[in-house]
Amino acid sequence: MSNDTEQAPAEAQAPAAELAAEVPTTEVVEHELSPDTAAPVPLRRRRSRGYATWGPPLAVAALIIGLWYFVGAVILDPSKSYLLPPPHDVIATYFDPNLGPEMFEALWNSAVVALTGLAIAIVLGVVWAIAMNQAKWIERSLYPYAVILQTIPILALVPLIGFWFGFDFTARVIVAVLIALFPMVSNTLFGLQSVDAGQRELFTLQRANRWTVLKKLQFPAALPAIFAGMRISAGLAVVGAIVGDFFFQRGTPGIGALISKYQARLNADPLFASIILASLFGVVVFWFFGWLGKRVVGKWYDFA
Amino acid sequence: MAITEPAATTTETSTLLDFRDVQLTYPNGTVALSGVDLTVERGEFVTVVGPSGCGKSTLLRIASGLEQASQGVASVATDRVGYVFQDATLLPWRDVQSNVELLAELQWQTKAERRAKAKQAIDLVGLTGFEQHLPRQLSGGMRMRTSLARSLTLDPELFLFDEPFGALDEITREYLNDELLKLFAAQRFGGLFITHSVSEAVYLSTRVIVMSGRPGRIVESFDVPFPMPRDPEIRYTAEYAALVGEVSHALREGHGA
Ligand SMILES: Nc1ncnc2c1ncn2[C@@H]1O[C@H](COP(=O)(O)OP(=O)(O)OP(=O)(O)O)[C@@H](O)[C@H]1O
Ligand SMILES: [Mg+2]
Repeated sequence: MSNDTEQAPAEAQAPAAELAAEVPTTEVVEHELSPDTAAPVPLRRRRSRGYATWGPPLAVAALIIGLWYFVGAVILDPSKSYLLPPPHDVIATYFDPNLGPEMFEALWNSAVVALTGLAIAIVLGVVWAIAMNQAKWIERSLYPYAVILQTIPILALVPLIGFWFGFDFTARVIVAVLIALFPMVSNTLFGLQSVDAGQRELFTLQRANRWTVLKKLQFPAALPAIFAGMRISAGLAVVGAIVGDFFFQRGTPGIGALISKYQARLNADPLFASIILASLFGVVVFWFFGWLGKRVVGKWYDFA
Repeated sequence: MAITEPAATTTETSTLLDFRDVQLTYPNGTVALSGVDLTVERGEFVTVVGPSGCGKSTLLRIASGLEQASQGVASVATDRVGYVFQDATLLPWRDVQSNVELLAELQWQTKAERRAKAKQAIDLVGLTGFEQHLPRQLSGGMRMRTSLARSLTLDPELFLFDEPFGALDEITREYLNDELLKLFAAQRFGGLFITHSVSEAVYLSTRVIVMSGRPGRIVESFDVPFPMPRDPEIRYTAEYAALVGEVSHALREGHGA
């Protein structure tokens, strides 16, 4: 069969193609529409989006800072000002030679934990979902455990993780993985299974094998869902890394360890500063995966 | 051997598709087809008309092997079956060029081969210049033409069409009808073409088959006497109008029955 298919068409189709060249194309209207207008549209959209995306959140930030000053200066009793130090004092700690470097180093350590955990969660989650997608019985046997990952209180597991894996880097990464894994599994599985039946039949008719169907149809079709999952998991991995710090303080603990140290010493300025730093890092990671998703699938999919 | 085969078989008639008393019941109990006898020879272009939901798509699904007949025998004598679905079913992440190359790619043809075939097919359906466009950047009709081009790359011996031009405007439709006829004249595949337009059915085919409402049966079959490179002008002749009238009449009766 494949022999015939490979060789015949080039010659057999030639006469028809030649004939076609003589016929005037009916494309006039569509030619005018597509190639020329395709380019300007994204440009225009991007420019107007600048204000639309950054304006509102910046306004909210200004509001929060205003409120923060107001509460600290007007409502709070001056003797209790350590409960809510003014924003400029908090920001000043980033430039304090005794505090700043310590915080940024801790943030770096947390970032390494979070990104390692995230990378493992992404690979593990995608492989897990692909395995479940191969057969109904695998899905039936493995899905409950994915759900358990989601429902189990990780904090209850944490002592056990320390017990088994030590109170070091490994344990912190494992917490990050456990927290970040479920969205990867469920999103990837959903994506793989959302393939259109007609597209699937197209592959069936060519007797495409499983691997080909996965590589050329299911996986690309699942990409938008996978990126949506990555974005959620990225934020969760940061949370996991910080939670890990609270419990596992050996080695090079991260920003979570600093937070608990400043908290114990009632050191309000750097406490606030490090909490903000940790949150900002989560936002940046979330935003990065949103951006990456748009880069990869935005051309054919409206990635929110 | 493979190269000479299509030329050698052009004149010979052989049965490509043979349905004997085919019946199909879907798992939910819907009887979609019953007692269908149908053959398509090489060099024959058979169109099927029938009311919506009478089992026309089901007929093609059986012919392509996507569905098994519940009763009767459905045999297809070739591996090279082209199937243009009722929807375009393009992969949204592939541009026109690589959508058209898909089937050849699934058959492990080389890049150069695929490229050449896709180029020809894209030319043929009038999409030259749109190779780099994604499906979302195309009109519905252009998507359908991309889908048609994709099937053309298979160089099918048996070509199944499920209302491929139903969503197109009259002019594009007539243009593609003529392209299809040229292709048919050049390649002499066996065609099985579903349409809702009786006029299109008569214009394209060597035989028109009329189906009844569900469960679909074949109620009547008309041989189309007009010679085969078809002159577009025959559409305006009295014989053509008379045949269209007869088919429409049979369609209405089958619908009522
Ligand atoms: N997978 C399925 N399961 C159950 N019933 C089905 C299935 N597919 C189609 N049917 C039913 O079988 C009948 C024939 O369907 P089919 O799609 O072949 O109709 P059709 O003639 O192609 O209609 P149309 O002209 O509207 O495309 C319909 O009544 C439909 O409801
Ligand atoms: Mg149909």
